[in-house]
Amino acid sequence: MSAPQQPIQSHILSVLVDNEPGILARVVGLFSGRGYNIESLTVAEVSDAAHLSRITVVTSGPANVIEQIKAQLGRLVPVHNVHDLTVEGPHIARELALIKVAGTGEKRVESLRIADIFRARAVDSTIESFVFELTGAPEKITAFVELMKPLGLVDVSRTGVVAISRGPKPL
Amino acid sequence: MSTAAQAAPAQMPDKQMSGAEMLIKALIDQGVEVVFGYPGGAVLPIYDALFKQNAIRHILVRHEQGAVHAAEGYARSTGKPGVVLVTSGPGATNAVTGLTDALLDSIPVICLTGQVATHLVGTDAFQECDTTGITRPCTKHNYLVKNVDDLSRVVHEAFYVATAGRPGPVVIDLPKDVQVATGAYTAKDNIKHKTYRPQVNGDDAKIKEAVALMAAAERPVFYTGGGIINAGPKASELLRQFVQLTGFPITNTLMGLGGYPATDRQFLGMLGMHGTWEANHAMHDCDVMINIGARFDDRITGRLNAFSPGSKKIHVDIDPSSHNKTVRCDLNIVGDACKVLEQMIAAWKQGGYKPNQKALDRWWQQIDQWRARDSLKYKTDPKIIKPQQAIQRLYELTKDQDTFITTEVGQHQMWAAQFYKFNKPNRWMTSGGLGTMGYGLPAAIGVQLGHPGKLVVDIAGEASILMNIQELGTAAQFRLPVKVFILNNEYMGMVRQWQQLLHGGRYSQSYSESLPDFVKLAEAFHCRGLRVTDPADLDAVIKEMIAIDGPVVVDVAVDKAENCFPMVPSGAAHNEMILADDKPKDPANASVSEEGMALV
Repeated sequence: MSAPQQPIQSHILSVLVDNEPGILARVVGLFSGRGYNIESLTVAEVSDAAHLSRITVVTSGPANVIEQIKAQLGRLVPVHNVHDLTVEGPHIARELALIKVAGTGEKRVESLRIADIFRARAVDSTIESFVFELTGAPEKITAFVELMKPLGLVDVSRTGVVAISRGPKPL
Repeated sequence: MSTAAQAAPAQMPDKQMSGAEMLIKALIDQGVEVVFGYPGGAVLPIYDALFKQNAIRHILVRHEQGAVHAAEGYARSTGKPGVVLVTSGPGATNAVTGLTDALLDSIPVICLTGQVATHLVGTDAFQECDTTGITRPCTKHNYLVKNVDDLSRVVHEAFYVATAGRPGPVVIDLPKDVQVATGAYTAKDNIKHKTYRPQVNGDDAKIKEAVALMAAAERPVFYTGGGIINAGPKASELLRQFVQLTGFPITNTLMGLGGYPATDRQFLGMLGMHGTWEANHAMHDCDVMINIGARFDDRITGRLNAFSPGSKKIHVDIDPSSHNKTVRCDLNIVGDACKVLEQMIAAWKQGGYKPNQKALDRWWQQIDQWRARDSLKYKTDPKIIKPQQAIQRLYELTKDQDTFITTEVGQHQMWAAQFYKFNKPNRWMTSGGLGTMGYGLPAAIGVQLGHPGKLVVDIAGEASILMNIQELGTAAQFRLPVKVFILNNEYMGMVRQWQQLLHGGRYSQSYSESLPDFVKLAEAFHCRGLRVTDPADLDAVIKEMIAIDGPVVVDVAVDKAENCFPMVPSGAAHNEMILADDKPKDPANASVSEEGMALV
């Protein structure tokens, strides 16, 4: 009876906002209040002079829900613009992770070897542990974390995705 | 010299004032004449500033919820934003229902809330609450003013945000130390909002496409809502022109009543859950639907997958998030209803369009057959007043003067929507989206303040009216001659109706025991009280109510068992209506599917 289910897709939304108190609560409240997903969310000021922040949200849902999310974000008063990088063209998405691995002997050596393959840097080291710093697409970080599990994975801290469009033009 | 003056504004004493004075000045500059409020510790400096001036009238309500509804009534009947002033903590939380009501019905309201001093914020101080946190999801926007130099700018911005685009409530939280601090006033004209620029004009190409679609239509229908009312009286005038130019039928939502003259032949009545047979059938069977300023609410659409399955849908709305929210449309036009109507009429005339008259005649024949069902009919009884009859008589006896109607929420509200005919916008104030019982009396007070000398009637139920009955004190104090017309059936009527039709006649908690004597209650509040039980006395009592120069409560004893029809039961398609003359089911066996119950 009901309409055929549309496939659920992940989208990266880039939202330029006035950096005013409560703006993050507004955005997060919108997602929780209307039952939308947040897969990751990053926010930081990008222009001190103009008091602008960029919020990058990775969200998922069927196409009609994504359309609603964009419209709802767009009508928040302090929002300058909303861009859906996933549909607007080529873009780069990156995430940074800090990953703590503890172990000795062959496992410790192996973790360093894999870190080298992934171009992860050891930013902290003790006799029995490393903290690796890794940037890349989320899938790459997930793959690295999976490989570290049998080698003594202790903690993972990830920033969530930041993204920007390719080419000379601004969003 | 000028540089020095700019660098040291303290040397310009003429522009320096306290935050509270700045607030009053900003309100005056915004054209505010009335503020609805209730004092308290955190707003005392503002009340002191109010005391020292005469430009703004303060109306002391009895409960902060009443203040917001009064401001809504004022706004809806005048087209100007309503202003509320309440204290911190409980003052602010009591306002939350009113704010949510204004958000759902898109009513411009500015709510000023006191807050504890900035150095106390976050310490769980006396009467502290996180007002901006609590009101964030129930306002269009809100502000916490931490610096007195921002205050006037924020007030001016708030008026712009509340009224521009899709209107809504805006809260300004004002810590007490900011109210007493001294700062510089920024004039209204020096404010330009950084981000908020709603789109007013419709896209020309889409408008051309829309009128071409309309001209080719065989079974068209206009479906218009509160957006027409919010766009101002000119929008209603343009709508009337366009509807008459095309010869198409038109139906209004609950929020849109008065947007098109209800006594006109092309008007099909209200649509939706308690809409007319002809309006809902026309919506279901149409081939082109022209939605202007309505939002496909679930009370309109019924079961979504059965909503108007064969139609091309045009949707004009100023809020892009209303488009494709629940119903996918073929042509979405973002813009102000008034402006877009102007563009549509121009495009229709410019294109030399004519409606498909042959098809339209057939469509009207079909509509007339639906009309012949007379879906609002009810049986009168010489011994007992029917609620529909009470509203019909009220309408007949007040239609020749400019009358403003507010309502509470429930059966009486739906009967008022069905039986009171509005020919002009801004005459009908009802809580549509939120369905707030207790709305009507304070709203009527707000309407009366905006329209001194006009007849303002709150059509009420005996349960709803008790939710803000304390506002009779406000009406009496300010000599506001509002009339409260209670259809008293001793039940929460709509709850009882649903329990009868959908829950096997188990009247769980819907009977109002120990009701007050409304006549004595009115008198205790220094109002007049009238009662009518005999249908033969109805007209005389209504006339007496109108003649009394002061607030009146009329207790109309109506049939306790009357139900409101037509009704689209929960989970049904919008053309599957129950009518009054349908064979009543045995209440013990009547029930609806689990799925249907959940869909309400």
